[in-house]
Amino acid sequence: MTINPELTISFSPMHRLQWEEAQQKDVILYPEGMVELNQSSAEILKHCDGSRTLDQIVTALEEKFSTSGLKNDISSFLEDALKNGWIEQP
Amino acid sequence: MAGSNNPKTITPPRWLLAELTYKCPLQCPYCSNPLDYTKHSNELSTEDWKRVLSQARKMGAVQLGFSGGEPLTRQDLPELCAHARQLGYYSNLITSGYGLTEEKIIQLKAAGLDHIQVSIQASTQELNDHLAGTESYQTKKEVAHLVKKHGYPMVLCVVIHRENIHQMPEILAMAEELGADYLELANTQYYGWAHENRDLLLPTKEQFEEAEAIAQAYKKKVEGKMKIYYVIPDFYEDRPKACMNGWGTTFLTIAPDGVALPCHSARDLPGLDCPNVTDFSIEQIWNESKAFNFFRGNDWMKEPCHSCDEKEKDMGGCRCQAYMLTGDMYSTDPVCSKSPDRHVVKEALDSARKSALSDDEQPLIFRNSKNSKKYS
Ligand code: SF4
Ligand code: SF4
Repeated sequence: MTINPELTISFSPMHRLQWEEAQQKDVILYPEGMVELNQSSAEILKHCDGSRTLDQIVTALEEKFSTSGLKNDISSFLEDALKNGWIEQP
Repeated sequence: MAGSNNPKTITPPRWLLAELTYKCPLQCPYCSNPLDYTKHSNELSTEDWKRVLSQARKMGAVQLGFSGGEPLTRQDLPELCAHARQLGYYSNLITSGYGLTEEKIIQLKAAGLDHIQVSIQASTQELNDHLAGTESYQTKKEVAHLVKKHGYPMVLCVVIHRENIHQMPEILAMAEELGADYLELANTQYYGWAHENRDLLLPTKEQFEEAEAIAQAYKKKVEGKMKIYYVIPDFYEDRPKACMNGWGTTFLTIAPDGVALPCHSARDLPGLDCPNVTDFSIEQIWNESKAFNFFRGNDWMKEPCHSCDEKEKDMGGCRCQAYMLTGDMYSTDPVCSKSPDRHVVKEALDSARKSALSDDEQPLIFRNSKNSKKYS
């Protein structure tokens, strides 16, 4: 399973991404389980809204944080996210 | 606690298990409900449950399991699901599937239920219905389809023991065919009714190893499609499980009558005085009650655990298992090879093996009110 650069990426409807006040963290919730996210992972996943491709996500994040060279980190994180079923492509 | 130089850090609960009722149309002989469940037939009101949900959520609980008994027998389930969603819980319905109509599935989804776990007893109708003590196989399969149809993640749960362990290949194929997202193969834990039926349920080592190899191979085959959780039977291990992730660290169970339990068998432990949510708030119960502080940290440990370098890993194992098998709730879980009581586990295995090889097996004791009253 690898990410198709032509297609948009969305967060999986079988999971829930949510801010947890008690933990001061974003978490992914799924049947009987939870993954705590660090800030950058959460930020990437929030951009997986079904309207952007991989490159568009990279551009949006680089703009947001006024930086460049994020592509490798973002795509390797998203490859893992895809394997874990957190994100999907049409 | 003035003067204490070793304060225990208390982490907030993450998991709330709401056992809504002990009522159940099924009669599984491995049920983990207490043997004398008919004695505890009082049930919390809807308002009580809502308050419990709110208080636990405020402390940081986020995963919520509605279980029982059969939680569908509670008419207020949709109302509780809606309340849970509003609070931000991820809610899991843990059901036998019996009595779950399509209408109800839609209603619960609209209320905000996140996930449904359906349990099936076996891969054939005959064995399923025998183990459940109720004709239910067809309904369960239909329910599994409907759960998928309405967009829930579906977890299929099969409790494994000597009566069905030979069906492992068929169970795996059935789960794949039903489109389960997760398959939980839960080797029986010998508490409650399973403890009473242990000679008849405990598989032999050969059976267990063969079944595990089949399940592990299948895991690879369905990678990316279906996740398989394999819960090991600790009797064949030489270290105990880190029970409940540590006493009073993560899990909070509320029994149907409102008794708060650090683990679902804790009711049987002597002298814990488990508090009731109708008398105390969740915060008081979690932070201050005697029961929840009883086995926190490791000051309570005896040897060999106390000086063992693995104690942070397994916290000395399960308190309920230690009590049930050795009569002393402070002792090392006898599953551990370092335990001076390890022989009781060996005796249990030998006794089950003898029963497996003999021709005249005793009948299973089914979980029902008639049998429960004998234990009251
Ligand atoms: S294990 Fe069986 S009898 Fe016990 S609550 Fe679940 S479905 Fe009912
Ligand atoms: S002796 Fe106690 S702490 Fe050490 S491994 Fe065994 S159960 Fe765990």
